[in-house]
Amino acid sequence: MFLDLERPTDAFFRTETFRDDYSFANSEAAIRRFPFPFDRDAYMYAVNIEQHMPGPAKSATEFPIDIDEHYVAEMIDREKVLAEDPLRCQSLPHMITAEWDLLELLMTAMARDYPAWFSLTCDGDRWHWINRPLGLDQRFTFGDTATLPFGPMEYITRQCQGDFCLLDQRQDNLWMDAGLVTTQADWSLDFDLGMNFIEWHGPVPLAHEMGVFERALKFLLNLQLGRPIRRLNWTMTVNPRLDTSPENYHRWGIDRTTVTPENVGDKVHLRVELQALWRLPRSNAIVFSIRCYLIKMREVVSVPKWARRLHRVLRDLPEELADYKGLTNYRATTVDWLSRHDDGAPTSPGFTPD
Amino acid sequence: MRALQYTVRVSEAEAVTPRVRRLRLVAADGTALPPVSAGAHTVVSIDTGERVIRNAYSLTAPSLSGGAYEIAVLRTPESRGGSAFIHERLREGDSLTLSAPANFFPVNRRARHHVLVAGGIGITPIAAMAEEIFRLGASFELHYAVRSAHDGAFCRELAARFGGRLHLYCGERQERLQVQAVLPNQPLGTHLYVCGPERMIEAVLADARAAGWPNANLHAERFVAPAGGEPFSLFLRRSQRSVTVGADESVLEAIERIGVEAPHLCRGGACGECITAVSHADGTLDHRDHFLSAAERDAGEHVMICVSRLKGRELVLDL
Ligand code: HEM
Ligand code: FES
Repeated sequence: MFLDLERPTDAFFRTETFRDDYSFANSEAAIRRFPFPFDRDAYMYAVNIEQHMPGPAKSATEFPIDIDEHYVAEMIDREKVLAEDPLRCQSLPHMITAEWDLLELLMTAMARDYPAWFSLTCDGDRWHWINRPLGLDQRFTFGDTATLPFGPMEYITRQCQGDFCLLDQRQDNLWMDAGLVTTQADWSLDFDLGMNFIEWHGPVPLAHEMGVFERALKFLLNLQLGRPIRRLNWTMTVNPRLDTSPENYHRWGIDRTTVTPENVGDKVHLRVELQALWRLPRSNAIVFSIRCYLIKMREVVSVPKWARRLHRVLRDLPEELADYKGLTNYRATTVDWLSRHDDGAPTSPGFTPD
Repeated sequence: MRALQYTVRVSEAEAVTPRVRRLRLVAADGTALPPVSAGAHTVVSIDTGERVIRNAYSLTAPSLSGGAYEIAVLRTPESRGGSAFIHERLREGDSLTLSAPANFFPVNRRARHHVLVAGGIGITPIAAMAEEIFRLGASFELHYAVRSAHDGAFCRELAARFGGRLHLYCGERQERLQVQAVLPNQPLGTHLYVCGPERMIEAVLADARAAGWPNANLHAERFVAPAGGEPFSLFLRRSQRSVTVGADESVLEAIERIGVEAPHLCRGGACGECITAVSHADGTLDHRDHFLSAAERDAGEHVMICVSRLKGRELVLDL
C-alpha cells in the first residue's frame, strides 16, 4: 500500500466511500461550488472550449487544479482500483518526458495554490515534495525515475484528483499514449491507448457529423504554452461510484435497473467532468485532465434554478445522447421526480444559482 | 489567440561567425523562462524606434531545465530590418519581447531512427533536435551543409558533441550534400527532418518522396506568419463606434479595448461563439478560423472576430 489508510488527516477532508456502502455526500459548501454544466434549459454537443482562467474565489475553477473535500477519499479509492487492475495506468516509453512535464505542472500548481497542504522545494534538479493530507514526504531527482517509487505520472496522479491522459502530438493528430484513468464514465484507457483523437471519439453519436471533433482537434493542435483551456462534459451515474469503467461493468451496470421513484433523490447522481488541457513545455505533448464531480439529485434540487433546469434538459435530451450516456433505463423515473421541483418559472442565463 | 509574452534581457551577444549573431536571453524580472521542446521557435518583437518588427527564430538548445533561451540570427540582406537591427544596434542589456515558444517542428518520439538535415542557419532547430535525441539515447545522424568552414556556425561544437554522427559538407571544399545517398537503406520507421533555404527543403523532400518515403515521415520547418497583420479601421454599426485594429491585436481585442462586449469563448477560432455579421468590407476578409465552411467564407457574410482580420481599409460589423 502506498497510502497509510489509518492515519488521521485534516478534518476538512471527508471520510467517505465511492463503493460498497457509498457514503459519499457533498457538504453545503461543496454543493454551492458544484460546476453545474448547463447555461441554458437545453443541451447539445458543441465545441464548448474556453480559456482555463481563474474563476471566482471558492469556485471549482478558482485554481487550475481543484483540490476539494473529497480529495483523501478519492485518492484511497484510486489506490484500490489500481491494486486490482494495474492496467488503469499505462505509459508508452516515448512519453517519459511528458510524464516529467506533468509532474512539474501538478506539483507546482498544488504547492502554489494550497500551501497548507502541499509544499515543493527545488534546488536545481533536487526536489523535495511534501503532501500533508496523504502523509508523504519525498526527495527525488527531477528527470531520474529511479528516485521515485513509481513513474513520474503515476507518482503524482496518485496524489491528484481527476484522471489524466497524456497526448503525443504527431502527424497533425493527438495520440493517447499515456494515462492514469480510474474515475471514468464508461471508457477504457487500456482500449484507447495508442489511438488518435478521431479514433477514441469513435463511439460518440452526432458530434462527428456536426464537425465538432474536426474543429476541436484543429484548435488543440495549436494549443499554446501558458494558455490552458477547459470544457465541461456531463453524464449521470447510479450510486456515487467513481470507477464506472467497462472493465468493471459487471459490478455497476446492473445498478441502472435499481432506480425507483422512492430512491431517485439519493441514488441518481449528476456526474460532471471539468476537463482542462495544457500544452507541456519539454515534450510538446498535451495533458488532458478529467476532474469528476458527483452530486445527488436531492442535492441538485436544493438550488431552485438547477432543479428547474436539469429537469428540462433531461426531459428534452435527444434520444441518441441519452442512449450513449446510458440513461435510458432510469431517465423517465428521474424526470418525473425532478418535475416535482420545476414550477415552470423562467430560468436566468448562465451556470450560477440565482 | 494572442500568445503569452515575456520581456527578456539580452544577457550575452556573440558573433559565432561573421554573419551569425547568437543571443542569450533571460527574463527581465529574473524568473526562469519555461523549458522548451526541441524544434520550438519564439516570435521576437523588435522595436527599432520607427516600427515593431516581428520575426520567428528557432530556439537553438532544448533547455530542459528552463532558465534562459538562445537564438542565432543570420544577417540577411533582404530582411525587413529585423536582422540588421539585431546585428548593428542591439546591445547586451537591451530588452526584447518574446512570445511563449510554440513547436511546429517537433521530434517524432516514436521514430526508430532520425535523419537530421540542415543547411546554413537552418542548423538552429536541427541542433536542438540533435541534442534532445542524443539525450534520449535514440539513434540519429546529422547532415549539415555550410558554405565555408568559416561560415558554419556551431561546426566545432557539434563535432565535439556528436562525433561520427555529424556529417559536414563544406561548399567551399566542393563537398555536396547528396540526399539520394543518405536516403537508401534507412530502417523502416526512420523520420527525416530538414531545415534550411527553401530550395534545399524542396529538393530534399522531393528526393525523399521519389525514393518512396511516406509524407508522414518527412518534416520540414516552415514558419507560419505570426498572428496579427496590417492595421485596419473597424466600425461597429449598432453601437456607432470606430476603432483601429492594431497590427498585433485581434478584432475582438480592439472591440474590448473600447469597452464594447462581444460574445466569445475559446478565442481561437474553434467554438463559433464570436461569429459576427459583416455589414461591409472595404478589402478582403482574411479568415483564420476553423469554424466557417469554405462556402461560408466565400459568402463573406460572417467573420470570426477572435482570429480573423481584414486585408484592406475598413471593416463594418453588425455589433
Ligand atoms: C484531447 C483530449 C481529449 C480526450 C483524451 C478525450 C477523450 C474522450 C473519451 C475517452 C471519450 C469517451 C468516448 C467513448 O465513449 O469511448 C470522450 C467523449 C467525448 N468527447 Fe472527448 N476527449 C478530448 C477532448 C475533447 C474535446 C476538446 C471535445 C470538444 C468538443 C470533446 C468532446 C467529447 C464529447 C462531446 C464526448 C461525448 C461525451 C458524452 O456525451 O458523455 N473531447 N472524450
Ligand atoms: S471565440 Fe471561439 S471562435 Fe471566436
